[in-house]
Amino acid sequence: MTSTRVALSRRVVLQNGLASGLVLAFQWPLHAAPVNEPEQPPDQPDGQFAPNAFIRIDNAGKTTLVIPQAEMGQGVYTAIAMILAEELDADFAQIVIKHAPASDRLYANPLFGIQVTGNSNSIRSFWDKLREAGAAARAMLIAAAAAQWQVDAASCSASNGKVAHDVSNRTLTFGELADAAGKLPVPDKPKLKDPKDFTLIGKPLKRHDTPDKSDGKTIYGIDAMVPDMKFATLAQCPVLGGKVKHVDDSAAKKLPGVRQVVVLDNLVAVVGDHMWAAWQGLDALKVTWDEGPNAKINSADIWNDLRAASKKDGVVAKSEGDIDKGLTQGERFDADYELPFLAHACLEPQNCTVRLTPGACEIWTGTQVQSRCQEYAAKAAGLPNDKVTVYNHYIGGGFGRRLEPDMVESAVRIAKEVPTPIKVVWTREEDMQHDVYRPAYRDTISASLSNGKIVAWKYRVTGSSVMARWIPPAFKNGIDPDAVDSAVDMPYDIPNKHIEYVRVEPPAVTTGFWRGVGPNNNVFAVESFMDELARKANMDPVAFRLGMLDGTPRLKAALKLVAEKSGWGSLLPGRVGRGVCAQPSFGSFIATVVEAEVDDVGGVHLLRVTCAVDTGIAVNPDTIVAQLQGGLIFGLTAALWGEVTIEKGRVQQSNFNNYRMLRIDETPPIDVHVIKSAERPGGIGETGATAGPPALRNAIYAATGVPLRRLPIDRAAIAVKKA
Amino acid sequence: MTFSINVNGTEHNVDVDGGTPLLWVLRDVLGMTGTKYGCGIAQCGACTVHIDGNPVRSCLLPVGAIGNRAVTTIEGISATGAGAKVQKAWLDHEVIQCGYCQSGQIMAAAALLAKNPHPDDDDINAAMAGNICRCGTYVRIREAIKSAAGDGVRRAS
Repeated sequence: MTSTRVALSRRVVLQNGLASGLVLAFQWPLHAAPVNEPEQPPDQPDGQFAPNAFIRIDNAGKTTLVIPQAEMGQGVYTAIAMILAEELDADFAQIVIKHAPASDRLYANPLFGIQVTGNSNSIRSFWDKLREAGAAARAMLIAAAAAQWQVDAASCSASNGKVAHDVSNRTLTFGELADAAGKLPVPDKPKLKDPKDFTLIGKPLKRHDTPDKSDGKTIYGIDAMVPDMKFATLAQCPVLGGKVKHVDDSAAKKLPGVRQVVVLDNLVAVVGDHMWAAWQGLDALKVTWDEGPNAKINSADIWNDLRAASKKDGVVAKSEGDIDKGLTQGERFDADYELPFLAHACLEPQNCTVRLTPGACEIWTGTQVQSRCQEYAAKAAGLPNDKVTVYNHYIGGGFGRRLEPDMVESAVRIAKEVPTPIKVVWTREEDMQHDVYRPAYRDTISASLSNGKIVAWKYRVTGSSVMARWIPPAFKNGIDPDAVDSAVDMPYDIPNKHIEYVRVEPPAVTTGFWRGVGPNNNVFAVESFMDELARKANMDPVAFRLGMLDGTPRLKAALKLVAEKSGWGSLLPGRVGRGVCAQPSFGSFIATVVEAEVDDVGGVHLLRVTCAVDTGIAVNPDTIVAQLQGGLIFGLTAALWGEVTIEKGRVQQSNFNNYRMLRIDETPPIDVHVIKSAERPGGIGETGATAGPPALRNAIYAATGVPLRRLPIDRAAIAVKKA
Repeated sequence: MTFSINVNGTEHNVDVDGGTPLLWVLRDVLGMTGTKYGCGIAQCGACTVHIDGNPVRSCLLPVGAIGNRAVTTIEGISATGAGAKVQKAWLDHEVIQCGYCQSGQIMAAAALLAKNPHPDDDDINAAMAGNICRCGTYVRIREAIKSAAGDGVRRAS
């Protein structure tokens, strides 16, 4: 990484020096140059040997891997590089990594057909494609060596960036073979390694991106620096969906460092010499807003709508057996669960840097959707897509927020009014109050119990459809596949099952994907109700689940392991409880136990978390552990405090003082046990976020006997004394 | 107005209003982008720098209030003994995920270890609770601080 960065920076300085003339506003230090400057279009790669979009090997043997997915902390740059290098037999220590440019043709996620990093599927969807890419390149390098030596290719082997012919004791490096290999045809069906021969995959490898992140060198979108650039910050109407009516900028324009005020239909922006000047200018604007139709919307109204809608029949997503008959067999129980709107609160606020030149637009940002940003920027700039270059960056937290291009679109619209390149940075308040929010959901469940088993299960999800807005073709026949994910495929052996979805869109609030996506809601409702049913059946919650998991043996094994590792069943002090969650989500099988104490005033103290995971082949096992630790904290944070509320059309939460995050002093030890598996890799980034809330809710149930049906946790409901 | 500030041992003259927070002088005027903006109200710690060795939230520190005190940022912390140990431990324990908060985490941890070479859990909580990590790396931050202090169990990987 270091060598790439230095080399790129040098080129940037050269190019920028030519492009921007002699006088710069400031002397940008080397490291502040954009990390990925204009480079060759993807179909004219700079390597001598470029068998596909992912691999480039030059004559010196430098092996560059272009990573189609975005790195937002989940370790995907390292994991994808490991898969490519494994099949390529590259020298892993010598590879360099590049962000992919915007190109659906070359870098589309096979699952979505466009460039997307999300839904925990980078490794799942690219697994075959990347292995084949690496294996094809290896086969070509071996063929080139065999031809040069005039031996049978089958008698040659590759390892550590070299091809060897052991019989004659000859070797050639990949660099020496690059030219010749580049002239050979790309094999259609290259032979893949037997997983037992993997030398990289399955080993805990050090991440590629962390050394630069430990000394401040990594360039995030918010750190992009373009010569002659000015800084801008913006405000949208505090009432969601409102417009600008009138702006008095007389005071703002008098402030030192304020250069320009930009007024668009739905936002105002101030351009300054630095962010602080722009921000001071923004605060000094007197804006009159046309608050529009949402000015009277309150959270209570939205919940009333949601609750009313949840009483209607939904569209059937799945039905097995005879649900009406099943519900009459055994004893019937009913419950409703509710989850609130949530903000993403990525620590890197939304930002985008734009340079418009005649006929071209350049975008510096960190995004999970490179090609969609290109498309939105092009539309805003009035240019064809291919005149927009997107330089993607390391992302300071994605969690679904950066699946949206709104920050790019607004930055380009502002840039059209400004003579210099600009960096638009949102304040934290703007970021939190103009997010796309995790939908509020209501889940209605009925089940019948007989002899310690569930006979029938009727489940209705009511909430906004993110898919219908975000990827309309995926919303078919009234079903949002994300909204019912982990509900239609719940793991328990139940003879009569019926799953419905009711779509209801809230006024004012735009909803979006949030770490854990649909399963966030469904795993919470399913696993909470499972605990309530276990209690009705007078059974231990783990034993109750184990009795219905014969059809999902990998989850059953994970549940047994977590029970053993967490000390499940051992005695605990009063008001301390253990809660369990079992989930087969995102292609991984995860069982989690949270141990928590509830104090007399309803304060919740996390004591310990234990997790067992079968994610198939664990490409980089240490990353699996890290993702679960972090995902659990993400989910537990939401369970403990997360809720976005609307009052008069305005989001009430604004910053970390009123939208609480878990902190280190509240974080318990988290032990993650990775089960060895030869199955295809599953997804992992979302899973901890879905596991934490139900496990904590069930721990509180065990500690207090109170069956919470809503998040965040209601302290008053579990207090012994009034606070 | 022009101010002279000493950052990582180098004097810089900056021409800004004295009320401008140090964070924006570092990032936007000096181009030292390792120090991050997260909240602007001293709630998240992403902007933590050292002033004469003490951890300070640069988002609220006016540049005019610094005077001749020494500013140390993430770009210069490896030159301090505690800083280098913390950075190494951070990599040994593979603490970092997205990394956006980690400049601030490392600065807070380095300040802690410089004053208290063997912090216990309560000391770590007190020193680090002001730094939010949205990726949730706290378990490893704790391990890494103990390891940097020579008090932890080293990880095999």
